[in-house]
Order: sequence, then C-alpha cells, then structure tokens
Amino acid sequence: MSQINRIKGGLIDRSQSLDFTFNGKTMQGHAGDTLASALLANGQVLVGRSFKYHRPRGIFTAGSEEPNALVQLRTGAAQEPNTRATVAELFDGLAATSQNHRGPLGFDMMAVTDLLSPFLSAGFYYKTFMWPKAFWEKLYEPAIRHSAGLGRLSMQEDPDTYDKGFLHCDLLVIGAGPSGLVAALAAARSGARVILADEDFAPGGRLNAETLEVDGMAGADWAAQTVAELASMDNVRLMTRTTIYGAYDHGIYGALERRTDHLPGAGGKPRQILWRIYSKRAVLAAGAIERPIAFGNNDRPGIMLAGAVRTYVNRYGVTPGQRVAVLTNNDDGWRTAADLAAKGVEVRAIIDTRDAPAVCDVPGARHVRGAGVVDTSGRSALKRITLTDGQMIDVDCLAVSGGWNPAVHLTCHQRGRPVWNDDISAFVPGRDLPQGMVVAGAANGQLTLAAALAEGREAANAQVKDLGFTASRKAAPKAEDEAYEGAPKWHIASGKTRAWVDLQNDVTVKDIKQSHQEGFRSVEHLKRYTTTGMATDQGKTSNIPAMAIMAECSGKSIPETGTTIFRPPYTPIPIGALAGRARGTDFRPYRLTPSHEWAKANGATFIEVGNWLRAQWFVKGSEAGWRDSVDREVLNTRQSVGICDVTTLGKIDVQGKDAAEFLNKVYANGFAKLAVGRVRYGIMLREDGICYEDGTTARMGENHFVMTTTTANAVLVFRRMEFARQCLWPDMDVHLISTTDAWAQFAVAGPNARKLLSKIVDDTQDMSNEGFPFMACGEITVCGGTPARLFRISFSGELAYEIAVPARYGNSMIEALVKAGEEFDAAPYGLEALGVMRIEKGHAAGNELDGRITAHNLGMGRMVSSKKDCIGKTLSERPEMNREDAEKMVGFRPVDRSQKLIAGSHFINKGDEANMANDQGWMTSVAYSPSLEHSIGLGFIKSGDTRMGEIVRAVSPVHNIEMEVEIVSAHFIDPEGERLRA
Amino acid sequence: MIIDHPLLGPRDAAEFIYLGDAALIDRPDWQDEDAADKFYEYGYLRDNIAGKMQELWYHEQGDRSWLVVTRDTLTHEITDVEMARNVARARGRSK
Repeated sequence: MSQINRIKGGLIDRSQSLDFTFNGKTMQGHAGDTLASALLANGQVLVGRSFKYHRPRGIFTAGSEEPNALVQLRTGAAQEPNTRATVAELFDGLAATSQNHRGPLGFDMMAVTDLLSPFLSAGFYYKTFMWPKAFWEKLYEPAIRHSAGLGRLSMQEDPDTYDKGFLHCDLLVIGAGPSGLVAALAAARSGARVILADEDFAPGGRLNAETLEVDGMAGADWAAQTVAELASMDNVRLMTRTTIYGAYDHGIYGALERRTDHLPGAGGKPRQILWRIYSKRAVLAAGAIERPIAFGNNDRPGIMLAGAVRTYVNRYGVTPGQRVAVLTNNDDGWRTAADLAAKGVEVRAIIDTRDAPAVCDVPGARHVRGAGVVDTSGRSALKRITLTDGQMIDVDCLAVSGGWNPAVHLTCHQRGRPVWNDDISAFVPGRDLPQGMVVAGAANGQLTLAAALAEGREAANAQVKDLGFTASRKAAPKAEDEAYEGAPKWHIASGKTRAWVDLQNDVTVKDIKQSHQEGFRSVEHLKRYTTTGMATDQGKTSNIPAMAIMAECSGKSIPETGTTIFRPPYTPIPIGALAGRARGTDFRPYRLTPSHEWAKANGATFIEVGNWLRAQWFVKGSEAGWRDSVDREVLNTRQSVGICDVTTLGKIDVQGKDAAEFLNKVYANGFAKLAVGRVRYGIMLREDGICYEDGTTARMGENHFVMTTTTANAVLVFRRMEFARQCLWPDMDVHLISTTDAWAQFAVAGPNARKLLSKIVDDTQDMSNEGFPFMACGEITVCGGTPARLFRISFSGELAYEIAVPARYGNSMIEALVKAGEEFDAAPYGLEALGVMRIEKGHAAGNELDGRITAHNLGMGRMVSSKKDCIGKTLSERPEMNREDAEKMVGFRPVDRSQKLIAGSHFINKGDEANMANDQGWMTSVAYSPSLEHSIGLGFIKSGDTRMGEIVRAVSPVHNIEMEVEIVSAHFIDPEGERLRA
Repeated sequence: MIIDHPLLGPRDAAEFIYLGDAALIDRPDWQDEDAADKFYEYGYLRDNIAGKMQELWYHEQGDRSWLVVTRDTLTHEITDVEMARNVARARGRSK
C-alpha cells in the first residue's frame, strides 16, 4: 500500500521517509508525521475495536483527546498499550498493533457482542449478572473482563529508565499555541524567567493546523519564528513534548516530558522525566477541544472531528478521505470544507444544522441547510451517509463540528468550577483558579485568533507586572478574527439507530436517556452509571455532549444540570514515570553497618531491619541450617564470648544545662540523679500512657548524655524529643543531635568479654569489675589512642560491654575485636542469636511493645515516677490501665519439652472452651533455647506475676494447634543477674 | 504546598512531617486538681476545622524546627508561619 491519501503541503519533511509497521504490514510515512497521520496517508482508516461492543473504529481527532485510536507501540518488554496514535510521533522502525480484538482486526470474533447490545445497555452488569450470586466472581466478571478491555501489558519488566526533576520559574506558560507563544514572548521580554511547555513536538498549536495569517505571514511560519526567538533567550526554557498534567497547591505544577518516545531507542537515556515545576505565576493557554454531534451510527471509521480533518490536511499533508462531507452547527466547520477544497479534495456536501446562508463559497459542495445526518453505512469504513430528509450521499469521510470547548481542565485541579458561557455554548474557567494562574486565549473562551493573541499578551504582562517586572510595550501581533458563530446542537434524532456520545466507553444517547429515566439526576451519578468520561481520554470529547443530553431529558439548562470538574492527570502518566528511579532495591535504599563488608566476607546472611541490613547469622564450616548457626552463636557467647554489630540502634546526643531535667520529662523513670559515668535503663510513654520505647542512656558528663533508642524508633523518638524541647519546654537549655551514623558500636558479650576487651582498650582505663562495674560508662581510647566510648550494658544477660568508635573505624574495630578474641574462640553473632538471648533473659522488645502495652503490663509500673511529671504520666494512672488482673509479662515453657511454642498463640485456662470470652492473654516471642535445650516463650497473661507454675493451654486456631504450657519467670537464664555483674 | 519557613524561606511541604492541631502545645499541668480530665481532653479531643487552622509541622528533612502554620484546610492557603518555640513561649510555656 502506498501513501494514497498524501496530498501537497504540510509541515512534514518529505525528504525523510520512515518505515513503520501496523499489525505487521509495512508502511511509509515522513518525519513530522504522527502514527495517526501516517496511517491515514496509507489509507488505513480502520485502526481498532471499541471497548464494549468491539465496533470497528478509526481515528477521530488529531490530538491528546483521542478516544478511539488506541494502539500498542513497540514490541517485547518495551511494548506499551493504550497509546493514542494521534500523539505518537513516527520514527523509523516503529511497530504498532491494534487492540481489543480476537482474530484479525478486520474480522473480530468478539464483534458478536455488538449483536447483543440490546442486553448490554448502561448498568447492564448491575442488572443482568445478579444471580446466582457466586457466578459473579467466578464466571461473569472474568468473562466481561476478557471481552471488554484495552491493550495488553507485556508482563515483562519495563526496560526503560525514568527520571524526576525540579524546575523554578517566574512564569509558567502552559500551551504553545498563539496565545501561549505571545504570552511567553511578552513575559520573556520583561526579563522574567519563563518556562513554556507544550505536549506537542511542534510548538504552534492550532497555527500549525490552520491557514490563518499572523503579522502578514503564514501562522505556522510566525510560530516557528517566535519559537526561534524564545529559544535564543537565556531566561526562557522551551519544553516541547511536555504535558503539564496537574495544577497543585501554591503554584506547583506536574509535568511529564517525553524525552525518547520519538526515537527508535532510548540509548541509555531516561525515557521520560517527571518534573515538578515551582512557578510564581502561570498563564494557562491550553486551547480548546472540538466536540462532536451525536447521530445514528456516528462511530464508523472515516467520521472525524472537523478541526482534526483540517489538521491532517494542513499540517500533515494528508486527506482523511477522497469524498468528504461536513456536518456542522457553526461557522468554524465551514473552514474545513474550504481548506479541503483549496487542496483539491472533493467536498460533496456541507450539512449545516442551522437554517442559515452559506458562510463561505466552497466550490463543488452542496449546502444542505437546517439538516443533519441520521444514519451512516459501511462495515469497516464509512461509505454513505443518510440525511434527515432521507437523501443519501456517498462519502468516505465525514467531518463533524459541534463547536469548541475551552480546555479548562487545569483550572479545576484545585476544585475550581467552570461557568457556562452562552455566547460560545461552552464552559469557561470560573473565578476560583489555582493560586497564581490566569487563563488566556481559547482556553478562556476567546475562540478567535486576534482575540487569543491579544489576551495572551495582556495576561503575561499583568502577571509579570505583579511580580515587579516592567512589562514590554510591544503590541500583540496582527491577525484577523475568524467567523466562529454557532447554534448548539448536541444530537440529531436518529430513530432507533444508536448514536454514540462517548466513543471510548461505547455510551450512546439512549444510555444517557435511560440513566435519566432510572433516576440518576446528578452528573456524577450519570458518569458512574454509564461510564461516560472514564478511561484514557477522560471524556475530553464526550463529557459536555453527555451533560447536554442529560439537561434535555430533565428540561433544564446545562448550567442548571451542573458541571463536572477534572482531576489530574490531564493525560495518562506511566506508572514508571511516577516511580522514577525508585524501583527494585532502589525503592528504598539500604543503610549498611560499618561492619557490613566484613560480615559479608564472613558468611553473614542479612535481613532488613527498617532501612538497615543487619547480619542475621553467620554460617561457619558445614552448618546446614540457620538453627545450627544460631545455636552455636548463642552457646559460644554464653560459654566464652561473642561480638555483635549494634550500630543500628539510634543514638541521640543530649547536651545542655537542663539536659538531666529534660530526660526526666521524656523518660518515665528518673534520670536527674544519675551519676556521671553511669548508664540507666529507661522507658518512654506516649502521652496516653502506653509504653512505646525503651533503651539506655549514659551520663558522659554533668550536662552531657548519650541516649540509645531501638533501631525502629530512632527517628520517632528524636522527633518527639524535639517536640518536647521546642513546643512543651521551650526555655530548657538542651540540645539534641542524632549521632546514629557517627558511631560504630559493637556488643562484646560473654564470660571472656573483659579479657578480650582488655587487649584492645588502652591501659589508661581500669577494666576491673570495681574500676568499671555493671552500668558504668566512659570516654576511653583503644588500640593505642583511638577515641572510643565504653558502656557496660548487657542485652544478652552475660558479662557484656558495648564499645563505640567513630564510624570510620568500624570496619577496623570488628577486625581488631575478632583478632583479639581468637584465643577465646570469639565469634560474631547475628540478629537471631541476639533475639534468642534476649528472650532467654526476659527482655521486652518490639514484639512486646506493640502499642497496647503499659509499664504495668511489663511489670515495670513502679518505674513510672510518682515524684515528677513526664510525658504519659497522668494518663498512665487511669484505673483501667492499672487493674490487678491486667495481663503481665511472664515466661512460658511447654509441659512436653519437645513441643515447639507458637508466637501469637492465645492462652486459655485448662477446661475452658477456646474462645475470646475465655482469652487469658497471648504469646509474643518464642525461641528455641540452646542453653535450656527446649522451646521458650514470652507473653502476657492475666495476673501472670501471681500464677507461677500454673499450667494453661496455648491455642493457635490459625495453625490448629494447642499445647499445655507452664507459666514461669521471664528470666530463663541467670534470674539473679550474677553473670552480668561478674 | 510550600511553607514559608521563618528562617529558611519557602520550602516544599514534602520536607515536613505533619502533626496536627497546634493545641498540642498547650499541655496541661500534671499537678492541677483535674489534671486527669485535662489530659484526657488534651490527648483525645482535637478540633478538625474546615477553614483556618493552626497546625504543627516539623521540618524533619531540614533544620528540625517545629513550626506553627496557619493554614486554611479548605483552600490550603497559608497565612502565617511561626517558630513553634516562640508560640509556646507566647502561650506562657517555659521550663
């Protein structure tokens, strides 16, 4: 097939021929073509099947408002469904396929649904597929989803990359049509920083599609000249292929720039960039969108909006047909006829719904006054139209104009409501615009060229003056105001023949009338019931006609019927662009501990803990399963010495004259009297009295404390402490710095911990039990002068220390510790062994502090000081939170020691039925204790502290398992604490 | 949204953490006779105003200032931004 519909003229580059394929068939186009214009040039009128009835469909528009011509672009992983052929720029090698049909496009086996259409009207699935109930999920819905639909995903990972960026400007001009270009130029001449963005690859807007003149030259030439001038100015950023898709608060706009979609490959560059544009002011010059008229069988390929026909003829040098008729309710439609005739295309008739004289002379065309089209024929392409008076005309293209709707979308993104303008029978922007925005040109209802140019200039000048710039005095370019008058006509009575309002969702005039009859009076209900205005085009061509028909049904005017407003995005945004670089493991970058590389080289398996990766266990020798490694690490620590990286714990440096008093406020227990050189365990409450955090704080000096927090709460604790410092006690002299990243910290635990550390710590520090007792802390040096901090604290229950060095020494420190520990068989241990040992010792952790637990539940009620205020104190004293029979934290062991406890089990007294009424509490943490050689657990059970030795049942309905357990002390190991004080 | 930080100038709202009603500054005195009732109101009864509201925002991705932002919850218009510490002092808070 050759380019049978290619005619003279246009803005395409005929010296560059581009090969592309459609459904495997090779065709040619030129640089400057869209896929749509190239398909039309090749006479490919049928391009897809409709969503619901699988009706043959063609190209309906020449822009981003396209409802019909949705295609799949490219192949393999890069395949992209639901792309509008009207905005897809042609490149050499482009492979496009049509969507939503089974079998070939010309003979879609699913087209049978069209014959069933009497049963498939608005809301059919709410009514038809009701019974039997179970059939909906299993049969009806899958069948409907299979038959209705758009394109298919490749089901492979997106091979492209996407970026995000931020831009700032004084004035953002949205749309590079006549008013946008004038606005950008005026603002740029004042010296303001201007961003001019347009979704098209060729700026100029309608100037590229019309034969109008500006300043005595062809409109497209004037646009090119203006763009060149703007491009030469340093204070202008010209962004083509960029859609401003959303207007957000305070002058922020979202923009999608398509960088490589028009190229055969991305070449390693980002395919698209999602910009966030911070503007002080904006001019919306988004133009207008033509609307159709509904009539019988108005959806056949070859029926197209009149303005789009002009675009193809004037901009792309393509005629959508060889024998054309025009159906219009306004003067603008006549220009399509005139432009076609000027290019030598046969115009057979101009059917004007108004009974009015000819607007202009169109050679060879019959003028049919006060008439309409009621039916069409042609199975896969238009062949003939039937007029209201019954006469038939053979045509292969019908250009339809129902008037123009200003593109008010972005004016609604902050809930602005458009207002009805009777002069142009359309909604125009209302008063409540997004902050800093003014609207100019066709988007503001100025549908003629001279008026649009003048308003663009005025709008920009007013905006820059507001910002303190001196507006340029240069006048707007000269142009004529073309004829644009019209009389509203939304649909033509076509008997029983279906007349389509929303082509994308297959909604007909009858569907809208039916929805009215069924009582859907609100526009929003109409949309949801009929699905008008949904999917990729968001009703850009169908919303207003649908509302107009609804207004007719109710006998009200359109503004009385209501309006609909728009949400972002203006056009679809790929999920990949929203994700940007945040994909896979880059979605949330890992934080690595200072010993990470060392751990990796020494057999560590890692686990995510918040943002951190922590060593879970270290495989040694022939250990086959994780339990082998964990059991060995626990026993080695308890019998000799183990080393664990605890850098991930939050560290907050607290300094100031009131630091001690401040800690008294944020901790439930007292810190004011903590001696210098000593560490204390503390718990923190929320203001509602629930315990949310525990940790240790060391007093390094009179006015200097070092707090540690749990890994998970490091950020939250810091935030709440800043709140307390700034908002609650603003005059306290206290300052906070997070030093989590500044220090590498290692726990050294076990009977040989002191001996090991004595080899590392410089002699200036007395390491004896008397010289550095349990809960001591100090600034020391290690390895011959390296500054360090030493804390004698124990999470494992063993004789233990935590040693901190500046983070840059972390890797050396782990190596030094392991080397010094060789003679004691010191071994690193991971998070699992740490967890086992804290359960053996009965320390609460995240499993216990689950947001419902009080200090009373933990058996720490007396730690909440009665002598001082602290956050959470007052509400923690509520009687219900201090009941005698409250759940208390205790230990559990299976009566049959060979059984494995299950975390999450609930406790039921012996002989009671296992239900919530008899619930006694729940198991929070379980582990296999290699020290005791059986399973152990921690949990909360009513009055647990007074029930030692009692046997209850641990029931897990989820696992369908229950077992008898004995209530024991939570301190399975060394309950007297002799080891840690040794 | 853009919050005009008193010290740092206009900053994107994405840099902030939102807390809520600035009434959270007015923490009751624990030694008041009806402290329990007052803390109950402070902790649980919060106004959720459709219109101008004083709110607490925390510049976590910035200088860690707590700010009191006067914002219209219907239009998102921000009419005042103050350092929360100054607001707290003005409301009589000290140590």
